[in-house]
Amino acid sequence: MFDINPGLIIWTIMTFIVLASLLGKFAWRPMLQALQEREGKIRDALDLAEKARTEAAEMIRKNQENLARAEEEYQSMIREARSVAEKMKEEIVVKAQQQARLELSKAQDEIRRDLDAARLQLRSEVADLAIKAAEKILDESLDAAKQKKVVDAFIKQLPNN
Amino acid sequence: MRVLAPQHADSLATAPAPAAEGHGEAFNFAHLLDHVKDAHEIELPWIGHVELPHIPPVTVAGVTIDLSPTKHVVFLLLAAIVLAVWAVTAARSYRKNIVPRGMTNVLEAMVLFIRDEVALPNMGPAGLRYVPYLLTTFFFILVMNLLGLIPYGATSTGNIAVTAGLAVIAFIMIQVAAIRAQGLAQYLAHLTGGVHPVLWPIMVPIEVLGLFTKPFALCIRLFANMTGGHIVILSLLGLVFLFRSFAVGVGSVLFSVGISLLELLVAFIQAYVFTMLTSLFMGLGIEAGHVSEHQETGEHAH
Repeated sequence: MFDINPGLIIWTIMTFIVLASLLGKFAWRPMLQALQEREGKIRDALDLAEKARTEAAEMIRKNQENLARAEEEYQSMIREARSVAEKMKEEIVVKAQQQARLELSKAQDEIRRDLDAARLQLRSEVADLAIKAAEKILDESLDAAKQKKVVDAFIKQLPNN
Repeated sequence: MRVLAPQHADSLATAPAPAAEGHGEAFNFAHLLDHVKDAHEIELPWIGHVELPHIPPVTVAGVTIDLSPTKHVVFLLLAAIVLAVWAVTAARSYRKNIVPRGMTNVLEAMVLFIRDEVALPNMGPAGLRYVPYLLTTFFFILVMNLLGLIPYGATSTGNIAVTAGLAVIAFIMIQVAAIRAQGLAQYLAHLTGGVHPVLWPIMVPIEVLGLFTKPFALCIRLFANMTGGHIVILSLLGLVFLFRSFAVGVGSVLFSVGISLLELLVAFIQAYVFTMLTSLFMGLGIEAGHVSEHQETGEHAH
């Protein structure tokens, strides 16, 4: 059992050499190459997935940035509009107040003018009435010119208003 | 003309019995060894014993070489054919589909294991060129081990001549890897152990002896493991014939089933150990080459 058969050693070595060269050419090299190719493919696929993931993350980040910017813009726009509106309101109010004041003074002027005119008319009417009354009272004792002089003097004695 | 003379077996046997008798009525320890031993005939189911052809031995330099095919030669070749068909079919299947299926998947798992867990850690990327050799070694030993576990099969790796042949190839590959990585001058310088020339007559034989002990250990380990398991199984079954008792029969059959399962494990483990140690020894030579290169470049830098 422990005797070594040299023939069997030669058989083993020959078989091994033939098998190793055969398998090396037709099995191991093509197989290892295929495995390496497949590993490369898997690595590429993983790299691609990783790239897509980072790209997507970048896109999300950009979108969020855009959204934030839009929000900010919208907020500033509202603020601006509000301030414009405020200013406009103030302007309108001021203008209206001015207008009102103007109208008021105009109205007061008119009233005063009307009053003056009315007072003037009243005065001349009163003069006429007085003349007529005096005429009636004096009954033709005085001529018209004399009468007028008398009345004018009388009116001048009257207070101005 | 028997190459492996059955003297050992006969001396252990209680009664000398002709080896060809096989399953005799009386239990004989020689019969156990006949199953493990090489023979010039094979057993086939339904056909029985088939005598293998004889080739006249040649004597070269005082060594008689008998190239007649024996039982172990038959199973050696059978293992080679099984492996070749399996591996070539698997390699071809990658052309159709890169996703492995069935037996290709089985092969691929082990191929990747040898490449990534055996070759790369022991030899580094420089060892990738030796992966085909390691794969052939691993699968050849594995298939031979497994053929011994099937009925009518024989374990070629349980023959010391077969493991010696594998060890010779491992020895050559270890030296080739070392010389390729270090260069012949560096390789020879390593054999002096880096000691003073006066000590070379002592150091060189020790180093040379060291080169041979590694493959020798590989040879003995594989042979002993593969033979040992079979002898345990046969001994357990032999108890049935020795005691002729039903209880012992049940017990020893159960035990031998357990040992058979262990043998299945051992078939894989021993193929792995042989491959792993070969790649380790090759890696030592390759690493020595790298170390000396680094030293040289370091010296140039100074």
